[in-house]
Amino acid sequence: MVAIPSRHKSLVLLAGVIVLQVLLLAVQIRRDSQGRLIRVWTVGAVTPFERAGATGIGGIRGAWRHYFALQNTSRENERLRHENDTLKLQLNQLQSKAAEADRLATLLTFRQAHQSISMVAARVIGTSADTASQTIYLDRGERDGIRRNMGAITPDGVVGKVIESYRDTSQVLLLTDKDSGVGAMLLESRIQSPVGGVGEPLLSMKYVANDDTVNIGDRVVTSGMDRIFPRDLPVGTVTQIKPGNPFKQIRLRPAANLERLEEVIVLLSLQPLELNKDTSAAEVTKKNAPGPAKTEKP
Amino acid sequence: MNDTYDLRIAEAHIEVHKFRGGTIAAATIIALFLQTSVPVYFPKFAVLDLPLLLTIYFGLSRRNPSTGLLLGMMIGLLQDSLSGPTIPLGLYGIAKTIVGYLASSIGARLDTEHPIARFALTIIFFGIHQGLIVITRRLLLAQPEGWFTMHLAIGAAVNAIVGIPLFMLLDRLRKN
Repeated sequence: MVAIPSRHKSLVLLAGVIVLQVLLLAVQIRRDSQGRLIRVWTVGAVTPFERAGATGIGGIRGAWRHYFALQNTSRENERLRHENDTLKLQLNQLQSKAAEADRLATLLTFRQAHQSISMVAARVIGTSADTASQTIYLDRGERDGIRRNMGAITPDGVVGKVIESYRDTSQVLLLTDKDSGVGAMLLESRIQSPVGGVGEPLLSMKYVANDDTVNIGDRVVTSGMDRIFPRDLPVGTVTQIKPGNPFKQIRLRPAANLERLEEVIVLLSLQPLELNKDTSAAEVTKKNAPGPAKTEKP
Repeated sequence: MNDTYDLRIAEAHIEVHKFRGGTIAAATIIALFLQTSVPVYFPKFAVLDLPLLLTIYFGLSRRNPSTGLLLGMMIGLLQDSLSGPTIPLGLYGIAKTIVGYLASSIGARLDTEHPIARFALTIIFFGIHQGLIVITRRLLLAQPEGWFTMHLAIGAAVNAIVGIPLFMLLDRLRKN
């Protein structure tokens, strides 16, 4: 047997470890397997910390809003009479609670408007550990009925789809990820084309012919053709249009704020869904917005 | 005069640092936790690559190529497994294995304790890390990936800046 000089042992180890990982990559590509067991272990080890962290951060924010902010307010009002102090403190407390409940109320309104669709609200507890993929972790999983390929939305619009479901957590591929896509169409002209991510904040609408008319500000909604999202959920708004060959290069700003997600709704169905057209998400959002609500007819 | 004596004379100023028990494991878990949790509330935090900074730091400190590459592999694979099915296991594993090896090899030859040296090395290793990921994506996964973007340049600078106080903080966990 040939002895390896000690100074070369680390090089041999390096080569061996790299070859092993290349083989691991090759196996995943060939079998379309994603090493689920290792992921389950790692996610299982880290998500309890994420869950605790989310709860802790929520507590700190709550304490800040409910205690320190009020303390500051009381300092500002020390010059005022004691009765005014008390009233202002109470008012601030109520406003703080109202603001905190606002997002949840919006989710509830949306859910009530679509009672025929089974859905569950989930809190975002983590993101991808790298910058190349756009994924988030939710605090709900298989025990809550979440399965792979279910759609995730907010009352503002489409968020993405569930790509992995664990016992108590699940992972959602955001619409902005390069591997993401959703069946979509322009709200006014009903021109259909998939919309996907490019790894940037803006989305891309891929197959709209140069002859078709598209304007900046046109709204894009789901077409329902992907059999994950129901029709007419807001996807985004056209912000850039460039002529291309053979299709236009169209960029959209996502309807949902994908960079600051704290709660999402998961549609608990793997069957094609139909939204009640009278109460589409766009309209629910509009009804929630200040000012007169408009009714749009596709 | 034997070889051992010569080696000691030549590398007398290079000290191999050891850490209190559980430091590396705890630091890795905390880094992965922060990497996945903080961007939920502060999206810009995602520009930091804390697992990479740990790989570089422990590689430079331990100064043992075998330990450095194995630690880099472990951290990289854990990062892969938390990155979701869009990132195959091994992508960051390979990159961090090589970075861990290079960091510990350089750490064994140079004094890397000075903040400016650490700043420069972090930028270099960040570039190598990104280059390895692009190569792996292009050659093994057939995924076209750009070599350089402004986002990467900013990422390299931010990671190098954050690396200086982080490394100083980790220095305090060394065994005296």
